[in-house]
Amino acid sequence: MWEFLVDRFNQILFSSWQHFSLVVQCLILATLIAVGIAALVYRSKGLTGVANGISAVGLTIPSFALIGILIAPFGFGVTPAVIVVTFFAALPILRNAIVGLTGVERSLVESARGIGMSRISTLLRVELPMAWPVILTGVRVSAQMVMGIAAITAYSLGPGLGGFIFTGLSRLGGANALNSVVVGVVAVIIIAIILDLLLLVLGRLTTPRGIRV
Amino acid sequence: MSEITQTTPGAPDDSSVSGTSILLDQVTKRYPGQPDPAVDGLTLEIPAGRIVMLVGPSGCGKTTTLKMINRLIEPSEGRIVLGGDDVTDMDGDKLRRRIGYVIQAGGLFPHMTVENNVAMVPKMLGWSKDRISKRVDELLELVSLDPALYRARYPKELSGGQQQRVGVARALAADPPVLLMDEPFGAVDPITRQRLQDELLRIQDEVQKTIVCVTHDFDEAVKLGDWIAIFSNGARLVQYDSPERILADPASSFVEDFIGSGAGLKQLTLARVNDVTLAEAVVARFGDDAKQVLDRMDKASHDHAVVVDDRDRPQDWLSRRQLGRMETIPSEADPHLPVVGERATLNDALDTMLVSSAGAALVVGRRDVFRGVIDVQTIMDAITAAHEAAIQDTGHDAPVGINTGSMEQVAGNGKAAGNGQEPDGGPAPDGQEPDGGRSPNGQEPDGGRAPDGQEADGGRS
Repeated sequence: MWEFLVDRFNQILFSSWQHFSLVVQCLILATLIAVGIAALVYRSKGLTGVANGISAVGLTIPSFALIGILIAPFGFGVTPAVIVVTFFAALPILRNAIVGLTGVERSLVESARGIGMSRISTLLRVELPMAWPVILTGVRVSAQMVMGIAAITAYSLGPGLGGFIFTGLSRLGGANALNSVVVGVVAVIIIAIILDLLLLVLGRLTTPRGIRV
Repeated sequence: MSEITQTTPGAPDDSSVSGTSILLDQVTKRYPGQPDPAVDGLTLEIPAGRIVMLVGPSGCGKTTTLKMINRLIEPSEGRIVLGGDDVTDMDGDKLRRRIGYVIQAGGLFPHMTVENNVAMVPKMLGWSKDRISKRVDELLELVSLDPALYRARYPKELSGGQQQRVGVARALAADPPVLLMDEPFGAVDPITRQRLQDELLRIQDEVQKTIVCVTHDFDEAVKLGDWIAIFSNGARLVQYDSPERILADPASSFVEDFIGSGAGLKQLTLARVNDVTLAEAVVARFGDDAKQVLDRMDKASHDHAVVVDDRDRPQDWLSRRQLGRMETIPSEADPHLPVVGERATLNDALDTMLVSSAGAALVVGRRDVFRGVIDVQTIMDAITAAHEAAIQDTGHDAPVGINTGSMEQVAGNGKAAGNGQEPDGGPAPDGQEPDGGRSPNGQEPDGGRAPDGQEADGGRS
């Protein structure tokens, strides 16, 4: 085990970084998409229902199946991995963003409009900042969830730690097979914890003191 | 910002008025799917620099009326004229930056500091940083909050009353001529509410804005309002008059019910102790000879003597019996002396009398100097006089307020109280288009309670 680690340390480090980078970039993309969609739908009860429905149904799609399907149009490599990870990351964020935005007190919005803030500036300067802690909670849930999903994208030869797990599993019983799987899994867990801590710090830094619990 | 200061009858004469008049001209609000309009053909004139209270039961459309002034709710029909400018079609956001708006509990943004909350509108108007910073200090001082202490605080670090003050400061930030308040003091405890009301009156003395305030609390309306508009359901204006006249001469049984019991007592809150003539009293000082004091009481045929200290502050109130038992006046102070300040309302004075069971109270002026005695009879006389004066006053200077097709409700002194006047019985509001000549200046009440043009309009359609 130790030897395995030392021998492949650089490769493990590189894959971990790639995994982390894939997850973080997809999270950013997913946050933008999800908040954008939430901003479009949260004022309509009907659209909110549809968005929540999609978010619930979407989460039931097996990620392994989705990546398999996506290989056909997009081929192997990074593209299907990014699509799958972003898709799954967006779902919890979308749900939380809707909850956050609809949870902003109506009187607050009215008071913003009442002092002459436009629709857009009310959204950007009042509603989104107020909803931000809830949205960020969604981001953290997503981050944990897509860490695992990002490993599965190795099936389409995407970047990250999934490679260790898949190669290990495919020649289970062989030399270093188990080591490979364990290294992949443990590394995923470690970077998941690191990312969660980073998001926690981000939350502290970006939540105004006035609405901190 | 062009501020047109109109001299409307009933407005203060001095030039310190910074408010502008508001005119709702046959404004109607219909909501889709509701058969009856929420507001039906309401014409309401709000004089510059005065406080107008909109009162009525819940859901009567008073808040809708208020929100149509700054077009948070767009009127379905009718015009809104602000100090001579027709603002019905201008950009709503720009309009609202010219109108202060205060809601219950202040409506502060919890994620911004007090400073940023107050600075919101000036920032939108593109003021320089220096100017904004100065203005924030100025406003916080105006609402009696120490800027050094409160600038950097967040709303949750303030009490309800303080939040409400910051809300008022924010609304006044860009020095708007008009201030709209929607149940501003509904969410605070009674003691704080009273203090905030006093504060608002003090601020209004200073800034002289046109304030329109919605409340369901009639007592609040009496206390704050220069004019009170009472609405029944469907924003039907039942009476629009001064508090004195509404109390003395309610237009209908609806208004009577709304005033509730104790209209007479409420009138007591409108007059102050220094408005009435105080009775003289026999004044004695510590160490005076009791016999001499009794002689003076005989001459004045009084039964009591007031003992004051060397700074003329009342200390004791002695009866003949008590005096008869003394040689000289002892330097003792009675801690339960019924004392009222001369700025106190007659209501407070009466309350003091009742508590002390003396049937009278000592009035003190500045630095607690003794001024005279007020008794129940004085208050009775004052109220009777005020009551008669209010009825005599035909309210010719009252601003205009009518619903289409129900003119006599207000115009005819309301006693006819057109209960049978259904909204749809009146002329269709479509036929009531302003006839061009209806400039706000032309809208000034010309002595009659309803503008003549209104009548002509009604007849034409």
